[in-house]
Amino acid sequence: MRTHVRTSLTVEELREQIATLEGAAVRKAECLPFGIGEIDEKLPGGGLAHGRLHEFAGGGSGTVDGAAAALCVAGIAARTRGHIVWCLTRPDLFFPALAQAGLDANRVIFVEGEKEEDVLASMEEALSFGGLGAVIGELVRLPMVASRRLQLAAEKTGTMAIVVRRWRRQTEANDFGQPTAATTRWRVSVLPSEDLPVPGLGRGRWLLELMRVKAGGCAEFEVGACDVEGRINLSAGSGDRSHSSGRSVHSG
Amino acid sequence: MSAVDAAAKKSGLKIGMPAAKAQALFQGLMMVEADPLADALALERITLWALTQYSPIVAVDAPDGIVMDTEGADHLQGGEELMLTGIANRFRGRGLSVRVAIADTWGAAHACARAITRETVIVPRAQTVRAVERLPIALLRLPAKILADLRTLGFQSIGQLSATPRAPIALRFGPEVGRRLDQMFGRIGEPIDPVRSPELVKVSRAFQEPIGAAETIDKYVGRLVAELCIELEKKGLGTRRTDLIVDKVDNTRQAIRAGTAKPARDVRWLTKLFKDQTEKIEPGFGIERLTLVAVMSEPLEESQRTSSLVEEEVRDFTPLIDIFGNRGQRVYRVAPFASDVPERSVRRIGAAADDVAVAWSPQWPRPIWLFHRPEQVDVIALMPDHPPVSFTWRGKRRKVRRADGPERVFGEWWQRDSELDAVRDYFAVEDDAGERFWIFRLGDGVDMATGSHRWFIHGIFSS
Repeated sequence: MRTHVRTSLTVEELREQIATLEGAAVRKAECLPFGIGEIDEKLPGGGLAHGRLHEFAGGGSGTVDGAAAALCVAGIAARTRGHIVWCLTRPDLFFPALAQAGLDANRVIFVEGEKEEDVLASMEEALSFGGLGAVIGELVRLPMVASRRLQLAAEKTGTMAIVVRRWRRQTEANDFGQPTAATTRWRVSVLPSEDLPVPGLGRGRWLLELMRVKAGGCAEFEVGACDVEGRINLSAGSGDRSHSSGRSVHSG
Repeated sequence: MSAVDAAAKKSGLKIGMPAAKAQALFQGLMMVEADPLADALALERITLWALTQYSPIVAVDAPDGIVMDTEGADHLQGGEELMLTGIANRFRGRGLSVRVAIADTWGAAHACARAITRETVIVPRAQTVRAVERLPIALLRLPAKILADLRTLGFQSIGQLSATPRAPIALRFGPEVGRRLDQMFGRIGEPIDPVRSPELVKVSRAFQEPIGAAETIDKYVGRLVAELCIELEKKGLGTRRTDLIVDKVDNTRQAIRAGTAKPARDVRWLTKLFKDQTEKIEPGFGIERLTLVAVMSEPLEESQRTSSLVEEEVRDFTPLIDIFGNRGQRVYRVAPFASDVPERSVRRIGAAADDVAVAWSPQWPRPIWLFHRPEQVDVIALMPDHPPVSFTWRGKRRKVRRADGPERVFGEWWQRDSELDAVRDYFAVEDDAGERFWIFRLGDGVDMATGSHRWFIHGIFSS
């Protein structure tokens, strides 16, 4: 038992040393927890780190539109504090839906550019300005160099950077296989919702896949979609990781 | 007669006619004494207004016009065409008639604006010759004496004159004719000397040796900004629009404009806005003089910062908004609008606007992507109030597993007459895979007067 404590301490020390070696981010990044133990324990620091780049994409049949990914990001943004800068090229975001995920319209500044490069430049500018809750960008392509720049800008001011990958065609989605400098990469796909006792639509369900995380392992979770405060919750079917639908257990 | 209105023109009166002759032609003619001085003052006022609105380089084109260098300034108004119609609309709104033209050179634009019968014209790049060759020589900005003599010689159009050998004309009329022609066709430059009013805050620096290196330009821009801020502070002003005028050795002029969403007097903020754009400066053979002018300024009071332990400091994001705005990005926030029609329920407001207290009703589900134009889908559904059983969108048939609805939206007759009876029934549907869509039917399903009963998809949900 004693040795076990000792080893974990050493591991802690080593981790700190590595963090110091990594450079600018000497101070420990603060995190935004999901509030769900199972998810937070998979993430170093216990949540989505501020001052890091996070990447969200749609999966499954909703790969192209990425609707679930966008709402998931809106929920995360709703739980941060301060203003949000949302950079985009296609202005088809319907804000009432974001408001239902708990995002206040007064907090969100939209920056609409003509090209992808404009989005990258605007994101970098907003990140280095600092003092924002999060900077969100909708991008088709995210090359390694661009993601590295965003990551560095985010580190400098400790602002959370989130990229929502929005593709126009299924073939473009292959780009998600390319490596980027993002600290975490998530894929959000929709799942059939559970049956309600009456006709109608209940809370949506998502398959939240943690594809990659620095200093951590992959995982996947079945979650209930964002509520009015932007929180997700762990859906009942998550434990055994079976994706079968239609069980009559109501999501918590 | 120095001016005639439309009705007078119809009855045959012309500019330049003696007053007695005009009265003889038309009985009961209303005549107003011409007041060139007041006209000139009014024109100068309009010119100063245009300076704050459209372009950093604006001057009076006496006696009846304004000339602007809009190179690099039109994108702020949404492009050349939108800028022109915008100018025309603003004048028309004040009951003034106006002719606006854009061309490659001052001379060409001057001629085109006075020749057209429409309100606006844009002469495409490098098409000056084609645009002006048929115009009368009266539009060449030549003295009346020379014009009359040229007419005696039989010259009618600019094309004729420019095709004639230059030497005999120069021998007879002096260099003026050749100079005006060259200015019109852009063979020699014609810098516009921008109008300035005494109250404009302005700082400038002339260089003994022309400068050209980017770092040098940056350095001096920084110094000028600091000087300008001191001047502004003396007057208690903050600038909303600031122009950097670059005079080069080859007698050309370039201007860069930076706008701010709020009055600004912060050295760092303004320097950042200009340093963003200094790469656009083409030094050419070197820069002789840099001038910084606050063309539009507003009172700016020093405000006291409260520093308390409890209160969270609210950071001012205006500098960030300005950076985006000056790069030509659209920056905005959205706010609710009192309308049940989904596409009308969101309006854009300025990014620096005050917070809006109202919110959308959280009662009904709303899709995260709303299509700009609803797409028609083929649907199998039981009328009148059942949700679809299946629908085909973009060639893919989807079976509906669960659905919610209908949510009925009535047309807004106060917006458009045709919406008086219009009804849309919205359904939120989920397919086999769990994807959710927002589908609506035109009409209430019973009465064809309320809509065509066709189905459309209007958005994609995510939860």
